[in-house]
Amino acid sequence: MLRGIGYTQAFFTLLLRDLKIAVRHRGDIFNPLLFFIMVVTLFPLGIGPEPQMLARIAPGVIWVAALLASMLSLERLFKADFSDGSLEQMLLSPQPLSLMVLAKVLAHWLLTGVPLIIMAPLLGLLLNLETQSYAALIATLVLGTPVLSLLGAIGVALTVGLRKGGVLLSLLILPLYIPVLIFATSAIDAAGMNLPYDGQLAIIGAMLAGSLTLAPFAIGASLRVSTN
Amino acid sequence: MWKWLHPYADPQRAYRLSERLQPWFTLLALMFICVGTVWGLAFAPSDYQQGDSYRIIFIHVPAASMSMAAYMGMATAAFVGLVWQIKLADWAAAAIAPIGAVITFIALFTGAAWGKPMWGTWWVWDARLTSELILLFLYLGVISLYASFEDKVVAARAAGILTLVGVINIPIIKYSVEWWSSLHQPSTIRITEESTMAPEMLYPLLINILGFGFMIGAITLVRFKAEILARNGMRPWVRELATATGAK
Repeated sequence: MLRGIGYTQAFFTLLLRDLKIAVRHRGDIFNPLLFFIMVVTLFPLGIGPEPQMLARIAPGVIWVAALLASMLSLERLFKADFSDGSLEQMLLSPQPLSLMVLAKVLAHWLLTGVPLIIMAPLLGLLLNLETQSYAALIATLVLGTPVLSLLGAIGVALTVGLRKGGVLLSLLILPLYIPVLIFATSAIDAAGMNLPYDGQLAIIGAMLAGSLTLAPFAIGASLRVSTN
Repeated sequence: MWKWLHPYADPQRAYRLSERLQPWFTLLALMFICVGTVWGLAFAPSDYQQGDSYRIIFIHVPAASMSMAAYMGMATAAFVGLVWQIKLADWAAAAIAPIGAVITFIALFTGAAWGKPMWGTWWVWDARLTSELILLFLYLGVISLYASFEDKVVAARAAGILTLVGVINIPIIKYSVEWWSSLHQPSTIRITEESTMAPEMLYPLLINILGFGFMIGAITLVRFKAEILARNGMRPWVRELATATGAK
């Protein structure tokens, strides 16, 4: 084994480290979540509280809010590690970079994606989502939010070295998010009309499989570019 | 096998070669676009369903197919730049990006102008149109990422990675009309079998597609030359060139 640390051990060490850091800065977990809830709350106020209208727009609103929340929280994925130099230590370590990156992205998903999935049914209730759509909402979020984290991490890795990367980040990764959004909302809509939606779920699952295998390499290469 | 290609990685030789190729590309582009457009707009028969308004196809289809071809060209250059660390390929990718963005915009604009009389609407959110819009966003993302780094070597590599990630969108655009039921008509030009289009309409269209290809090539060469000069401003041959052109 490389310097006494196996791949599994390295993976879990990094995962636990990131989780521990996040638990000590609880705002990092709660702020994106609060943002998610606030955005969803604005829509009934802005559009009007008719239940049919809300039920119609609920899937799209919840998904767009989830997408924005995930993008906002992604910004700090590599930022702290980049500025205090631990990112370079990760690049120099004998373990493969894509493995380390995968651990970091998984930690990010556990901290922002999972709370979002737990909160989503409550927001569905607020937006008067059809009863039969809840299963589809949860299923698309479970399969879709990891894709958001993985794709977003590529953009974050590309812009981590820049001082004003925030606006640029949205320009880079929102186009990549669009397919996930399309299939997720069409699955929830289909479920609302009691139609089968396993086709859309299968496509989101395929996106997850593809990004899970390929994105770590792209993230690793981007980090190497950004840190030079 | 690829040894003969190596000397062209020298900026000066690449510059000379582009300078030699540029008039040919310009000439061929002008010729093909003139013939194709005049033939298409004035002499091709009108469509039995769409009347004369189908004629925008002679701009729309070449622009749309070249928007994808330009992206593939940019992605190939970015791949070469990333893998073999050839700076000229990075500059070529940077040269193509704005051209691709403009040609994508032209494809979207002419498509909207065609959609208004035929579908009764400027825009529908179906797969072909949405994926072409994503292509425009990808181009804009690559351009702004390249612009936001001071160090252009790093900028080219970052933009190159984004370009390669975005390649996934190209087959989606290509096959979107087959995978989804779409308002956009399926493609009428076939490479392996007979096209589902009358030959008197097909030939001007093909000529225009070629012409647009040469036009993209010509503009890319202009921008590529400018990029070479901008990145090699301190080299003696660039200075010689500058004084020689200045003296003229």
